[in-house]
Amino acid sequence: MLQLRDDLDRPVADRDADHGFSPRHAALVLAVLAALAVAAIAVFMTYDLRGSLAFALELRAKKVAGMALVGTALGVATVLFHTVSGNRILTPSLMGFDNLYLLIQTGAAFTFGTFAFLSVDVRLRFGLEVVVMMGFALALHRLFLGRARDDVVALLLVGVVLGGMFASLTDLVARLIDPNEYVTLQDQFFASFATVDEELLGVSALAVGAVLVYVWRRTARLDVLALGRDTAVGLGVDHTRTVDRVLMVVALLVSVATALVGPITFLGLLVSNLAYRLVGTFRHRWTLPSAALAGVVALIGAQFAIEEYFAFETRASIVISFIGGTYFIILLLREART
Amino acid sequence: MIDIDGITKRYGKATVVDRVNLQIPRGGVVSLIGANGAGKSTLLSMVGRLLEPCDGRITVDGHDVQATPGPELARRLSVLRQENHLPVRLAVGELVAFGRFPHSGGRLSTRDHDHIDRAIAHLDLGPMAHRRLDQLSGGQRQRAFIAMVLAQDTDYVLLDEPLNTLDMRHAAQTMDTIRRMADDLDKTVVVVLHDVNVAAHHSDRIVAMKHGRVVADGSPSEVVDRDVLRHVFDLDVPVSHTDAGPVAMHFGRACTSGDAPLASRTGEFR
Repeated sequence: MLQLRDDLDRPVADRDADHGFSPRHAALVLAVLAALAVAAIAVFMTYDLRGSLAFALELRAKKVAGMALVGTALGVATVLFHTVSGNRILTPSLMGFDNLYLLIQTGAAFTFGTFAFLSVDVRLRFGLEVVVMMGFALALHRLFLGRARDDVVALLLVGVVLGGMFASLTDLVARLIDPNEYVTLQDQFFASFATVDEELLGVSALAVGAVLVYVWRRTARLDVLALGRDTAVGLGVDHTRTVDRVLMVVALLVSVATALVGPITFLGLLVSNLAYRLVGTFRHRWTLPSAALAGVVALIGAQFAIEEYFAFETRASIVISFIGGTYFIILLLREART
Repeated sequence: MIDIDGITKRYGKATVVDRVNLQIPRGGVVSLIGANGAGKSTLLSMVGRLLEPCDGRITVDGHDVQATPGPELARRLSVLRQENHLPVRLAVGELVAFGRFPHSGGRLSTRDHDHIDRAIAHLDLGPMAHRRLDQLSGGQRQRAFIAMVLAQDTDYVLLDEPLNTLDMRHAAQTMDTIRRMADDLDKTVVVVLHDVNVAAHHSDRIVAMKHGRVVADGSPSEVVDRDVLRHVFDLDVPVSHTDAGPVAMHFGRACTSGDAPLASRTGEFR
């Protein structure tokens, strides 16, 4: 009887068995995404150039740099957040990160006066905001991620409540600010790609670059982290400390993205899940760069479509939120079925 | 040696593990038994630093479990929980390779690959090394996780109810593997088991817990004893002595309520 063991062991769906992950396939995916990103940048920079070439190119270069930075930041932040939260549906923005960023800005403007607030060096302002965001990330870890880790629904609920609360508070504070001042402030919030602040762009690029190097050196540890807390601890990863650091990185990346263009709710969700699907592995050395590149392609693509076909009548973030939101619902339905 | 010194775990007012002192010297298989909620898994989790104790100290070969850097401890001690749900999809071979992480930090050397291959061979996983875990049966998945722990190549291995959800054949295979880990590979295996008879047959020592405390500790023939089992499980269990050792006849049972055992009825089951 025992000799038959291997036959008995064979699962019914043997034909459909997926034989794991192929680095060659993942490398190909990465190359295609990189080519698409380069193509998107090239098209965006050169289509329909009119008037002063130098001026137009400089304007567009700034726009493209902002979009590339935001796409990369949100793609990487979402993958990292998925890894520490152990699911692929929650995103930093669904947990209220970008709403909090707006609240911090509004709150600071209210407390110190809008013009005083805006007159502070943008780099210093941004640095302080990032510190507050990181504090929030740590609190989130202590209060919710640690306890309700395996309960996606509970975490989602926490995110909805936090996000809603931050948005309402922002509204409340906004009403308290002088309306004229608030208009100035709002311009600042939704800077859109057309008016990216050059100094902010510089400091953001530096911060994102440093963080990417930090993350890239720890991809092996992140892979272990993705196996879940108990397995990771068993394999010698200091779970609490590692998750703290990853969440601080997430807070920084989301701050950069929100500071540059305002909230884009579903971009991260869309590009990270696209990346997982395309590379066919959870290994961070593949998922991180592909999510970043997909983010760049999606953002520049959406912006291009808006400028070309919608004549600027809508914002790229709205198009992405619509597509991403639909995808989110599909993901939720699929999750509910399994 | 694993030295558990005054370990306590409380959740609110409930004390789950209550000032446990236990020394586990190197070598052999030690089983933890006891009723549900006796604190076995909690104790094992604290030794494996998956849970933080409220009080007390645990050392493994002199290294404080709470204070030793993660990778260093992970080269001495491995731990496997009973539910091994993975949030990500990966192949059996990939999972086993993760067992080398404490040694390799993610870059696998030839020596690491040797360990991985041996662990896969040891658990008969060769034919399915490329299959994804979510496409395997529960028993195969359990074996893959044990192979990962084996590849981790630690002196101490902690397993929390590895037989949970396994059928008779896979349970027997798993216990054989655990025995071989101790006998052939010179590891110390501490395993939480539900079935007293499995524990009796495969272990060198049985530690019984009740209400968060160690209430019996000894060789299988000492612990699998009618009086001891009655105390541990609040259940009158006749013990039959066979060639294969003591066997608790826990089917057809009579509950004892406190100090008034229904001893008179048990004669029927002999």
